[in-house]
Formats: sequence, structure tokens, C-alpha cells
Amino acid sequence: MIVVGSGLSGAGAASTLGELGYDVHCFCYQDSARRAHSVAAQGGINAAKNYQHDGDSVYRMFYDTLKGGDFRSREANTYRLAELSAPLIDHYVQQGVPFAREYGGTLVNRSFGGVQVQRTFYARGQTGQQLLLATYSQLYKMVKAKKVTMHARSEMMDLVTIDGKAKGIIVRNLVTGQLERYAADAVVLATGGYSRVFRLSTLAIGCNGSAIWKAHKKGAYFAGPSFTQIHPTALPQSSEAQSKLTLMSESLRNDGRIWVPKAKNDTRIANDIPDEERDYYLERRYPSFGNLAPRDIASRAAKERIDAGYGVGRLKNAVYLDFKHAIERLGLETIQDRYGNLFKMYKKITGIDAYKQPMMISPAAHFSMGGLWVDYELMTTVKGLYAIGECNYSDHGANRLGANSLLQASVDGYFILPNTINNYLVGEMKNEHPDTAHSAFDDAEKETKAFIDKILAIDGTKTVDHFHRELGKVMWQECAMSRNEEGLKKAIAQIEQIKTAFWSDVKVTGGDGLNTELEKAYRLADFIELGILMCTDALQRNESCGAHFREEFQSYEGEAVRVDEDYSYVSAWEYNKGDFKLHKEELEFEFVEPTVRSYK
Amino acid sequence: MKVTFKIWRQEDQNSKGELNTYPVEGLTEDMSFLEALDHLNEELVIKGEEVIAYEYDCREGICGQCGVFINGRAHGPHDHMTTCQLHMRSFKDGDTIVVEPWRAKSFPIIKDLIVDRSAFDRIIEQGAFISSKTGTAPEANAIPIPKAVSDRAMDAAACIGCGACVATCKNSSAALFTSAKINHLNSLPQGKAEQHERVNAMTWQMKEEGFGSCTFTGACEIECPEGISLINIAEMNARKLKSLFFGD
Repeated sequence: MIVVGSGLSGAGAASTLGELGYDVHCFCYQDSARRAHSVAAQGGINAAKNYQHDGDSVYRMFYDTLKGGDFRSREANTYRLAELSAPLIDHYVQQGVPFAREYGGTLVNRSFGGVQVQRTFYARGQTGQQLLLATYSQLYKMVKAKKVTMHARSEMMDLVTIDGKAKGIIVRNLVTGQLERYAADAVVLATGGYSRVFRLSTLAIGCNGSAIWKAHKKGAYFAGPSFTQIHPTALPQSSEAQSKLTLMSESLRNDGRIWVPKAKNDTRIANDIPDEERDYYLERRYPSFGNLAPRDIASRAAKERIDAGYGVGRLKNAVYLDFKHAIERLGLETIQDRYGNLFKMYKKITGIDAYKQPMMISPAAHFSMGGLWVDYELMTTVKGLYAIGECNYSDHGANRLGANSLLQASVDGYFILPNTINNYLVGEMKNEHPDTAHSAFDDAEKETKAFIDKILAIDGTKTVDHFHRELGKVMWQECAMSRNEEGLKKAIAQIEQIKTAFWSDVKVTGGDGLNTELEKAYRLADFIELGILMCTDALQRNESCGAHFREEFQSYEGEAVRVDEDYSYVSAWEYNKGDFKLHKEELEFEFVEPTVRSYK
Repeated sequence: MKVTFKIWRQEDQNSKGELNTYPVEGLTEDMSFLEALDHLNEELVIKGEEVIAYEYDCREGICGQCGVFINGRAHGPHDHMTTCQLHMRSFKDGDTIVVEPWRAKSFPIIKDLIVDRSAFDRIIEQGAFISSKTGTAPEANAIPIPKAVSDRAMDAAACIGCGACVATCKNSSAALFTSAKINHLNSLPQGKAEQHERVNAMTWQMKEEGFGSCTFTGACEIECPEGISLINIAEMNARKLKSLFFGD
């Protein structure tokens, strides 16, 4: 069994498959499985435990998630996610995750966006880290048991299919540059999100879409590619040279209040602006959810204020997140206990003490709801190829609720895949195990080698980062929080130009051994193609839903207008020699009537 | 802003390395240290030279993949901070900045500033887990854990595995890393069942990997991005002693 990726879903799947007795090989590009980007999730993980006795239930969580995703996900998948959430918390506690506790020793919860109950479990502002380390521990438990072989610093370069079934991968050893072949009865992709297509995002620098893109080119349909989430509370961009936007956990919105000055170009410092001259725009527009409106809505509302000229900060590209009232109400100590490390991080990066003056935050690319299309068993359209965690399109629809990401990655890896994959393997393992000497491996390896050699041979005049910045600008401008037909058409043409320029003018120095510049280059080559598909998808969907906001489809109040009659389906795109063919999976709602998604 | 980098270049583990000098202009104070290196690398590419190899991933201080010696200190001039969180405003215009890889026998150099920290994974492999299979857990609230115990476990569990503790230690000891993990798990009721085996197996592997002994200078605690306390090492030693009496 091959598992690509060692984050929550990948390591969870690898360790559990190992427990079931399979011989598992797990791969990651980092130097250790413990670096996977699940580590960076801050706020928490949702579960319908109803520990706070506030009326939570599996049904309510299912409904919140389906509504949060603007009714663009399968009912059954979403229900399963909610159903499995409670045992997942049991599982993590048993693995030694130090979740926050009450003085009496029971588990604490907090709220997250788009939800009116407290169902989020957390470990300070480091929940992702704690879950990942627990999963990494379980992975190494199975390494010790000799059921899992871990390959760090190893990047999947291509998928190998034999008779239309996934039978192996080509891997590049990032230390030696050697291409290696691995064969398996099934291949599981757990390679995370692709929001680095925007270049500036909250993702780790190494996060990439190459594994799923290569799988897509080998026949796996790509679903909802344009559904990418822009997170409302990241640190604003401060310069061109910036490589990354740091996330400030959404949990801050539990106690922080978001505002901008009522007057344009107000140059006073935040603390000098009296309450009546502040516009708490989320509370104004969405009185019942207020600062806890879902991410897509909060981001769009911030963009609306910034674009209208009310932004704050040196580049006027931010809004305030203020804890003054929370500190007055709850005391400094409580706020320190809840968010201490986030405030510390904020100070390290900006030099500002957020206990004394409000934070400045801004929207940033954060998560991809889109990904490889999977069936209920998490298998892609290529037989024997599975996609789990963020790299698939399954539970979140057009927008993901906060603290549902750790949840989905975990249940996919630990609970779902190890059960469903057997249905495929029971037939497959009767056949002979695939052999790396098969000609399909020769072909895939040759193709990969040619791809790398071609990049190294260009010897142009511009760096990889130059092209990535260009791509990022187009994607952020035309395919992020707000999209329109004209802009998307223009974007596709521009990305085509970037693609041509990249393949004729990129310069990569060094050889095909350990070469970080080369790694960036081949990942970017795939991002460029993915960018075209994302814009194609956004252009085709003539409606606004969740994170996909088409300017042509909005109410007079600026809210998204969904067009259920025409677009109540999942768009699954098939790769067709550089072109894309649309397949539609109609969504049937048996239990929930899709309504206008209102948080007012 | 203009600085002069002196950076360790080494082709691979077996070749001889040296410090090369790179004057860099056009930096700004709000650039992170790694962005300044990115900037230098882009210049090198344009000049047709091979880029400097260094590590990073999340660039927000949590993944633990970055880490170099900067002017003789692990992760640079500040206490409790990763390399990726360091900004150029911490330096003065015209400064010379010396950048070297982690120094420890157990972390062999792979190339330039990249070292091999897989020894940490092997320490984890020896016992940093609770042996219960997926799907066998009891109800989460069935075992109450006092807040103080849970908070202490969390303090230790916060380790990001960057290796600054080892790199800064004059003995290249991995005691802070190892003790943090042992104390995280051994202090929780779920981890108690295997506490004695865990402390023995993990400390044995620590020696096996060639890490030195701890002499309690406390340098590790200062450089640790998470501020993991030196007390963890004392606690590990106590647990080790306890295992002699109560272990199997």
C-alpha cells in the first residue's frame, strides 16, 4: 500500500492500515513526517459531543456543515463526518492529546464561525500540532512494528497506472535527485491543499498541488477546483518580497470584535477612535452571528470595507480585530490563557502588543475545498487511487467551516479509508502484485525525467519566484474572493501567457541532485496548469455559492445568490490533452431542503 | 537595507565546506530573515550560480523544519524564536551576518545549511506513543484529567522538534527534546501504562544516536522556540530512576 503525505489524513491512514496488517509505504517531501502542514492548524477540531449541553447533535452539526458549504456537498458524506466526530475525540484523548480542560477535569469547548453551539475542542492555539504529533507518534509506532516504512524527503512525481488501475508511483529522492519506483495494490493520496497557487497564502511554502495534478492528468477527475477559501483573519501583506501570510486563528473571533473606522482615511490610532465612530460591520450586517459569521462571508465583508476605502494600516489593506471589550469583560488572564501563544506570535511578527492595541488583520488564501473527486468510499475516478483529507472534494462543499478541516482529515485517514479500501482490495489482491519492471513504470519514469530535464535546460532569464508572483497576482485579482466573467476570461489568457513565458524563460541553476530551486520550479509548472482549470471552473459556474462569489450573481445587499435550478451539482473536470471536460454529479437532498444561506 | 552574509557552503556530507561571502542590497526591515535569503537566492540564480540550500516549510514557527546558526546563536539573536520568525529589523544596516548549519555529530550535514535530523524520529519510534489501536478508545470524558496536569502535559508537548536544543548544547545533548516527549506522555493517565518502558527505550536510543549527556547549563531552554523548561530534564531523570525500582 502506498500513502503519499504524512499529515493527519496520511499518517492516520498509514498507521491504521498498518494495524490492519497491510504493508504500507508512506512518503513525504519534508525531512520528517512531523512537519506536515496539519501542524499549523491553530483553533480546534469540531465534534458533536454536546458536552456543553447546548443542544448540539449529530444532525445539527451535519446541518451546519451542509449549510456552511452552501449546499454543494453530498448529504451522506457530510452526515458521516458529523457522525464520526465524537469517536474521533475519544481516539485523540486516548492517544495523549492534551486538550484544554475544565478545573473539574472534563473537556472544554469553544465556538467557531458559522455555528451557534460550542463544539470545538482545542489545545491552546496549537490544536493541529497536537493532533499531528499524536498521529505521527502512531505512525512511528507502526514503523517500529515494521508494518510501515517511512520515506521522508521523497516527493511523488507521477502516478503509475496499469490497465486503468493505480499501481504505483514515481518518487524523486530529494537528497540525491534519483527517481525511484514503488508498486502497490492501491495508492492513497493525502497531499493537502493547493492554495499556494495564489503564492501568498497561509500554507507552508512547500505545499503543492503536484501529486493530485499528476493524478488528474492520469484520469482522476478534479472537482470544484475554484472552491478555495479565503481566511478572514491573517496578517496583512507588508511587501512584495513577502513569501507567506501568517494566519491568526479564527478562534480569536470568539472574543475579538472586528471593526473599521466609520470615516474614510481616518488617520487616528485605533485607541483614539471612540466607539461611536467605529463600524463593527459584521455585527451590523449579521446581527445573529456577528463576528462569528462564516469565513467566506467575513472575508468578503472585509474586502468590501477595504475596497470602499475604509481599510487601516500602512497599505490600507487591513481591518481591526479588537480585544479591548473582551479584556474588560473577562480579564487579561483569561484572554492570555485562551490566546496567549497567538498574541505572542503576533508580537513576534509585527512588533505590536495586541493586549494594548487592536490587531490588524486581512483576508488570505487558506484552504481548498476543491480537490480530486471521490465517491463515498473516497476512491477517485481512477480505480485503486484514493484521495483523503484536504486534497479531495468531499464534505465541505463550497465553503468549509472553521475546525472542520482537522476533523475531515482525521476521519478520512483513521476511520473511513481503512474500512472502505478493503472493498477494492478484496478483488485486487487475488491478482499478482504489480511489478516495478512493468513498462508502465518505464514510461512514467521516462516522462518524469524528461519533465525535469526540460526545466533544467531552459536556462532563461527569470527566476521561478518571478513567475510564481505573476501567477499569484492574476489568481488573487480574478479568482479569489470575488470573480466575474470578464476578469476570469482575461485571467485564463494571462495564465496561458505566464505558462508560455515560464517554459521559455525560466532559469533554474544547479543540477538534478538536491536542488531546492528545481523543486520550486516543477511544482510551479503544475500550479500554472491548475490555475487555468480553477478559472475555467469559476467561469463555468454562473452562480454565487460559498467561497465562489460571482459579482453578476448577488442580491442588492451584496449577498451571494445561488442558482439551484442550474447548478446544484458537483463539477468534476476530466483532463483531456490540455483541455477540460465537465462531468456533473447531481446533488440530491433527501433530508435537508436547501435554503438561502443566511447568517443575519 | 544592506548586509553581508557569510554563509556555510558544503556540497554534501563528505566534502569540505567553507564560509562564502555574499553582499546583499535592497532588503527591507519588515522582510523575514528567510525572505532575505530568498532574495539572495534569486540574485544567485540570475547570476547563474547554484542556490544556497536551507530548510523551511510553514514559516510561522510551528513545523520545526527551519533552523540555522545566525551569528553564533541557534535561530538568531532572540530567545525563544524560530529562524522563520526572525525579521531583518533585528539587524542593522551594514551588518555582517554569519549563517551556519546546526552543529552536532548526530545531525550530519546533507548540503549547505541542511542537516539530517532523522535521529529524532528514531527516538520517537522507540516509545513516544500510546499503544492502543484505532477504534479502541473509551469515551473521552471517562477519565477526568485535572487542568493543571493537562496544562503541564501541553507545556511539554509543545516541542516542535527543530533541534535548536541539540545544536546549542556544548555536549550536543538531546535531553530537552527527549524529556519533553516523555513527560508529555508519562504525565497523562493514558500514557501511564507504558511509562517505564518509554523512559528507558527513548533514553537508550538517545545515547545510541550519539547525543551527549546533559550538564544542565540551560542553554537549550533559552533557544527553544517553545520555551520548554529545563525542569523537564530533571523530571526525566527522576522518571528514569523511578523505572529502576518500579519498572519490569
